[in-house]
This record gives sequence, structure tokens and C-alpha cells, in this order.
Amino acid sequence: MRAAISLLSGALFGLGLLVSGMTDTAKVQGFLDLFGAWDPTLAFVMGGAILPMAVAWVVAGRRRLSLTGEPLPARPAAIINGRLLGGAALFGAGWALVGLCPGPAIASLSFGGWPGLVFFASMVLGMIGFQWRDARKGLAA
Amino acid sequence: MIPMDWIYGLLGGLMIGIAAAIYLLGDGRIMGASGVIAGLWQSVGSTVWQGRALFVVGLVGAPAIAAWAMGGAETNATTNPVLLVLAGLLVGYGTRLGNGCTSGHGVCGMSRLSPRGIAATVTFVAVGVVVMAVGRHVLGVI
Repeated sequence: MRAAISLLSGALFGLGLLVSGMTDTAKVQGFLDLFGAWDPTLAFVMGGAILPMAVAWVVAGRRRLSLTGEPLPARPAAIINGRLLGGAALFGAGWALVGLCPGPAIASLSFGGWPGLVFFASMVLGMIGFQWRDARKGLAA
Repeated sequence: MIPMDWIYGLLGGLMIGIAAAIYLLGDGRIMGASGVIAGLWQSVGSTVWQGRALFVVGLVGAPAIAAWAMGGAETNATTNPVLLVLAGLLVGYGTRLGNGCTSGHGVCGMSRLSPRGIAATVTFVAVGVVVMAVGRHVLGVI
């Protein structure tokens, strides 16, 4: 059950990224290029994605468990701190430089050529680097 | 006349949202691409790992087949290795520090009206706009 759900969800996510044009870095960078030839496509993608997910959250609020019997995630504490905003800022800077965020970077691995592989490998390195630093900080504290 | 790109954007967006809804209601999990990837090497051997691995198989495999069927797809990414490495490191480190990316904070967080998701999304889009403005129109490197 979990296997089928995971595979289906990943496949649909990947197809959605391809269909929406979000695996094309020119379209993503075009959205961020507010002071150039602005391309609003990403706003339509985000709007389209939020609609079904908003319904899903309403349904989730009326249930206790998922189909696989896992508890549905509780609302996290609304803590907006430097870590959240700093992380988002670093991500936003990297996102603008190449026009890839994690989803499209993975979805385009098969056709993105060597630039896609270099980006992906660097992204994984950045994630490992954070975990390494986070673990060291945890040991020191 | 509405540009076709916007219609494809809306259509693809709906698919992404339905995928996130299946992940949530099906398995009780938040569909965040950065979290799924980083979670791969943190959960090896567990049942959660199997779910994440299959999610990635679908995420790589489905667009691979679709791109092949339609005669190829293009990312049009830069071939500047310095930009690619720098951007990758920033995206990887930043999404772990901030606990999410466009799918987790943007799609899953904003649809729940989560203050954290909204704050993160506003921040990464705003910084992205500034970096794009400076990098493309001032420095000319993007």
C-alpha cells in the first residue's frame, strides 16, 4: 500500500513538473525576473497545486489516520525564526542562479545532461554539509 | 486569449497538488522534495526509506518516460560550472537549514495557511527576485 502510494505520488509529481514547464529553468528564472521579461507561469503552477492540496488539508483535519494507518501530521508550532528565513534566503539565491529547485532537479535527472548532474550532486553535497555542521553543533551544545 | 504556457502551468500544478494530496492522505506525509532526498540517507533500512526511495523512482522515472515519448525535453540550464556548483550548494544547504523548498513550504505549507510556509515562500521568492535582478541586469552573470 505504502509502496503504491509513494510511487504514484512521485510519478504524478514528476509529470506535473514536466507538464507545467517547471523543469525548464528559463521559465522559472523568467518568473523571478520581475524587472525583465517576466513570465507568470510559475504563479499558475503554484495556484493549481495549492487548490487540491487545500482540499486535502480540510479532509485531513476531519481524519486521524492516513490510508496506511499513519497519523496525519499535526500543525507545527508557528515559529518563524532566523533559521527558517535564513535557509529560505540561501535557497532563494541558489534558485535564481540556475532556476532549479529540488523537485525539478530530480525530475529532470534523465534529460538534464551534465549540468543537471552537477547541480544535483552539489545540492546533495550542500545537504550533507548542513547535516554535518548541524550534528557537530549538536555535539558541542 | 490565454497563453498555452499558463494553461499547461495550471494543469501541471493541479497534478502536483493531487500528488501532494495522495502523499498526505495516503501515507500521512508532507510531499517536500528536499526532505525526501535528504531523508534517503537518514532513514536507510526503515520502512520509511522504502517509501521515499519509491517516490524518487516515480519522480525520476515518470518524466523520463514522458520526455522520451515526446521526443526529448530540455532544462535549458546554464553550462557555467561555477554557477551550477554554487547554486546547488546554496539550494541544498538552504533547504535543510530552512526545512523545506518550493514543494514543502510553497505547495504543502501555503495550502494549509501555515505561517512558516508562507514566511519561507515569501522569503525565497523575494531573495530570488533580488538575486535575479542584480545577477542578470546589473552584473550580467545569470
